[in-house]
Formats: sequence, structure tokens, C-alpha cells
Amino acid sequence: MAETSLPKRRTADGPPRASGSAFLRLLRRSESARAYLMMSPTLLIMTLGIVVPFGILLVISLWTRAGFGFDTTLTLANYARSWNEPIYGTLMLRSFWISGVATAVTVLLCYPMAYYVAFHVHRNKMMWIILMTLPFWTSYLLRVFAWKVILGYEGVINSGLMSAGLIEAPLSFLLYSPTAVIITLAHAWAAFAILPLYVSLEKIDRSLLEAATDLGDGPVARFFRVTLPLSMPGVIAASFLIFIPTTGDYITPALLGGPDGAMIGNLIQLQFGAVNNWPMGATLSIVLMLWIAALALVFLVVTRKVQERIT
Amino acid sequence: MTPADRFISIRNVSKSFGAFRAIDEISMDIRQGEFFSLLGASGCGKTTLLRMLAGFESPTTGEIFIDDQPMSDVPPHHRPVNMVFQSYAIFPHLNVRDNIAYGLRKQKLTPARRAEMVEDMLDLIKLPGYGNRKANELSGGQRQRIALARALILRPKVLLLDEPLGALDKQLREQMQLELRALQRQVGITFVFVTHDQEEALTLSDRIAVMSGGRVLQVDTPAALYEAPRTREVASFIGTMNFFRGIVRRNGSGMAAIEAEGLGTIPMPTARLTKPEGAPVQIGLRPEKFSLSPVRPDIGLAVEGRLRTAAYMGERSQYYLSLPGKAEPVAVSAPNTHRQRDAQDVPEGQVLWLSWAPEAIVILDTD
Repeated sequence: MAETSLPKRRTADGPPRASGSAFLRLLRRSESARAYLMMSPTLLIMTLGIVVPFGILLVISLWTRAGFGFDTTLTLANYARSWNEPIYGTLMLRSFWISGVATAVTVLLCYPMAYYVAFHVHRNKMMWIILMTLPFWTSYLLRVFAWKVILGYEGVINSGLMSAGLIEAPLSFLLYSPTAVIITLAHAWAAFAILPLYVSLEKIDRSLLEAATDLGDGPVARFFRVTLPLSMPGVIAASFLIFIPTTGDYITPALLGGPDGAMIGNLIQLQFGAVNNWPMGATLSIVLMLWIAALALVFLVVTRKVQERIT
Repeated sequence: MTPADRFISIRNVSKSFGAFRAIDEISMDIRQGEFFSLLGASGCGKTTLLRMLAGFESPTTGEIFIDDQPMSDVPPHHRPVNMVFQSYAIFPHLNVRDNIAYGLRKQKLTPARRAEMVEDMLDLIKLPGYGNRKANELSGGQRQRIALARALILRPKVLLLDEPLGALDKQLREQMQLELRALQRQVGITFVFVTHDQEEALTLSDRIAVMSGGRVLQVDTPAALYEAPRTREVASFIGTMNFFRGIVRRNGSGMAAIEAEGLGTIPMPTARLTKPEGAPVQIGLRPEKFSLSPVRPDIGLAVEGRLRTAAYMGERSQYYLSLPGKAEPVAVSAPNTHRQRDAQDVPEGQVLWLSWAPEAIVILDTD
């Protein structure tokens, strides 16, 4: 650093405070030094809370189970198993399928809501947004249980339909099925879709919509040629925010999924719990992460291509 | 009137937003192929009127006809008009080519024909080779041209422009004014141009409608608006005007006279003055219609004034003189045709003679 070669400034009452003043001078001069200083609490937490555990996870995934302990010889055996044994692949695919559908359903349902608030509400927009997120003020677990009550064998829907005489016996596909998981996830994560969608729609310059109309677009053409492409950042953000955490979710499938609705998260939880095979759990976690990263990449590329096509 | 004279016909149009009356019973006609400006201060209703032509607002009462077709049931995307927005509204997710071709979707064109049309437009707006640029890679002046091309490529019957030069710096604005004028002549499309800049309106327009408080004060050519404004409001909005209160002293047998504060008695032919003897009148005189001299001129009307302040403005100087019997100082503008580098300023307090021709007097309507 150039600072060290500069003459050290003497203070009247003592020897030069070389290290302190050099540090301060560095801060004064370097934009990036200031930026790192500002980020440092977060960086510290990120390092301790993410990088270190991830490193540990990576190491454990290379171990194997031996009796009640672990064989710490590094091997890729777990990765081979996760690839060869069909149960893992099946659960992984089902997880992507269920949370993919849940993501699509959530975004599709939330888009009109966000659109309505962004374009048709003119006063107290913030209140509308807060009202929409109101259900999320209760705990996730409570909401999952609430759906259990609604979808259950003797739940609100079944007993309602039966007392109305529309069905003879309770609908069994409602609870303990992928459908139940999708419905619950779509509801539980709605706030995470509404907010980014709202922000991206709200940001759209109204004169762009008028320009599209002026140039001959009816409401439908205008939506697909201007509104949707310009709100794509919100759609992508919402999709990621829902798809990534729901793929690994295990509470909802555990409580509502039944045998057909179990997801990879349940299996990972089992490995770390009842099965006591931490190395396998770690392996599955990492494989899941890699798959999500790959899918996210594909999703980004596809949406970009689609966007180019419609405009 | 021929149909071309009322190509756009605005009939008794009013527009209210709640209790606020933005447009108040406007009726006027715009001719085919003319460059027509709506001029007024912000809030005068000019943009509302333009948006009603585009179809983004509908009149509360009244009807707008474009090329003899009533527009009230025609939605904006089916109107034969296109608009250049104040913010240009260039689609940020599209490149220049796709922005310009945006409105061509409904016309079933071959890709080759469409590309050819876009290239023609890029040539017309003097941006050849810019087709692949993104909107954020363009300067203000370039965006303005793209917005123009995007509208003109559809060959609208009327092009609406909402203060399109407002965001540009002075030099670029003056250049774009000339280009816009030339472009309008070239394409022959009727332009309706909204501006609050009177100089811009005078430079560009065939005719101008001066608006205030939701009403049209006067529709005229730039020269007529400047030389013969009908009311004090129009006179003060366009350029600078000195106002004098006066009384008709004589009117009959071909000769009339007005006695005006500070100016004395001004004779004029009866034909110019409809008011009877003894009626109060308001007259106006533009600063450049006065001549200044240190001694009394031999011919014409003249009064003595005392110089209050002088401002050197380059090609001309502006003087403010107080006249006996008039409270506000009179502005006088004199060209610096013979002024030289070391010329001395006329000292303040100096007595000068002001002279003018009686034809330069503008008689204004009193409300």
C-alpha cells in the first residue's frame, strides 16, 4: 500500500500512531475499504453461519456411517448411492414437482392481487399490502394445522360438502396427498410472492402503458408486450423466493403429505434424526442444493428467452 | 369552412375532475396539415385537452371529431392519432428497432418490409444504424427522436406532442425545434403540440391556441398573437407588453383619440376604436415599438421619461423608464446595432425621449 511509504504524521502529545492513522487514512481514501467495513458485521455472520457450516456439511457428506459413529475416511460412496438408489431420485423429483407446482400456483394467484393494488388502488396502498400479509403474522405451523382442519377427513370442506348432500363419503384426496401440500404451500408463501410482484408492477412507468395503448395495443396485447415483461424481475424474484425454500420444506409434507406427499426434506430430516445417518443427510442436502442451483439457472435462461419471444 | 379546415373539430368540450373544471366549454377547429400549438401555463388544461384527443381522457360533455368521425366511442388504441409523450415513454425492455416497430404489429407485414420501414424511419430522424441500441444507451435528444419515429411510422392522421422538447437543454431544444418543423413539413401530418414555452410556440406553429383556466383565450397565427393580442392576458403571456389605462376622448367623423396615462393624447382612425367617447380603454405597446433618443424627435408621438434601470442583454438592451402620471415603469427594448465595445451606458436618472407610431398601439378588450 502506498500509505506505508508516506511520512508518518506526528501528534503533539506522543509518538506517531502508525497503525491507527494508517487504517483511518485507508478508510478515507478507499471506497471499497469503507464498503467492506460497512459489510463486515454481515460478512462475519455469513462466514460463521453459512460458509463454515457448509464446509462442515461438505466434509460430513464425504464420511460414511459406521455403526453408531462415523467412518471419517473421505469417500464419494454417499453420492454414488444417492444417484443409484431410485428412492432418492424419486423423492427429489417429487419435491421439485410439488414445489414447482406450488410456486406456479402461488405466483399465478398473487399476480392479480399485486396487479390490482399496484394499478387500481390509489389510496392507502400500504394498508392493502399489510392486510394481504396479515395471515402471515401467525406461525407457519399454525397455518399448516389450520389447513389440516380445513382439508381433513372430517374437516370443513368434507363436512360442508356432505351436509350439503353433494358427496356421499369424504373426499380422501384432500388430505395426506401432494394436493394438500401444494394448497398449503401456495397459501403459506403467498406473502413472498405478493411483495416482489407488487414492487415490480408499481415501478412500471404508467406512460409506457399509455404509449402501448396509443400505438394500437388492446388491454391483452399491452399486458403481454409491456406489463408482463417489465414485471418479470418480480416474477423471477417471487419464484425463487418460493421455489428454493419450499423444495427443502419438511413441515408441510410431514403433516399433510401422507406417504404420497413426502418430499426430500422429510428424508433428510430422517437421516439426521431416526436413521442417524448424518453423512447421507449431508450428501442429500448438498445434492439438493446443486439441483436447485441448476434449476434456477435453467429458469433464468428460459424466462429470458420467453421474454425475447413475446416482445 | 371546408372539411380540411375542421379536420379536428372540438365542439363544446368540458372536462371536470370532481369539482375541478379542467376544460371549460372549448370549441375550436384545427386544420389538416397544420402545426397547431396549445400554449398556456401549467394547469391551464392544455395537456388534458391533448389527452382527450388521444383518448386517455373522455370529455365530460361535448364531442371531438377527427376527420368527421366522432371520437367519444373510439378507444385510444383505435384512434387515428399517435402521441409523443413528455417523458418519451421509450420501452426500456426493447431496442430502438423494436420500439419503432412496436405499433406495426397489427399491420400484416413481411419481416423484410417491416425492417425496411424501420430503417426509413431511422434515416428520417437522422439516427441510421441505431437499431440495436437499448433505450438506456440513448441521450435525451435521441429518445425524443425515437418517440417521434415510433409514432410517425404508423402514419397517423394527427400527431400529438406533449411538451416533447421540455426535457432538452436550450441548444438542443432549438435545434430540435427546427428539425421538428422541417419534419412536419416533410410528412404533412397534422401536429398538435402542447407547450408552455411561448417562444417555442411562436417559432414552430402555424397557429396557436392560448389557453388559461381551462378556456381558449385566442386562436391565431404567431404574428397576429404577438402584434394584435385581444386581451391583456394573452398580451402578457406572449412576450412583454406595456399596459396603459386610457379614456376615449373623441370618436366620430373618421378620427378618434385616446388619452392614455403617461402617453398623452394619441390620435387614431375611428375604424380601430369601437368604444364611444368617455369609455375607459386599455392599450398596450410592446417594448421594441418605442424609440429612445436624447432629444425630442421631429416627427411622431413622443413623451419624456426618466431612466430607472438599464440591462444589457447582448443583441439588445432593455431600459425601464418612469413616465409622469404612470406608476409602473415602461419597458423599452432597443437593438444594439451600433453599440461598440467601449460604449458608455446611459446613466440612471437621465431624461430620454420616447417616441412611437400610433399604429403600434394595441387596443385590448376590457373585461
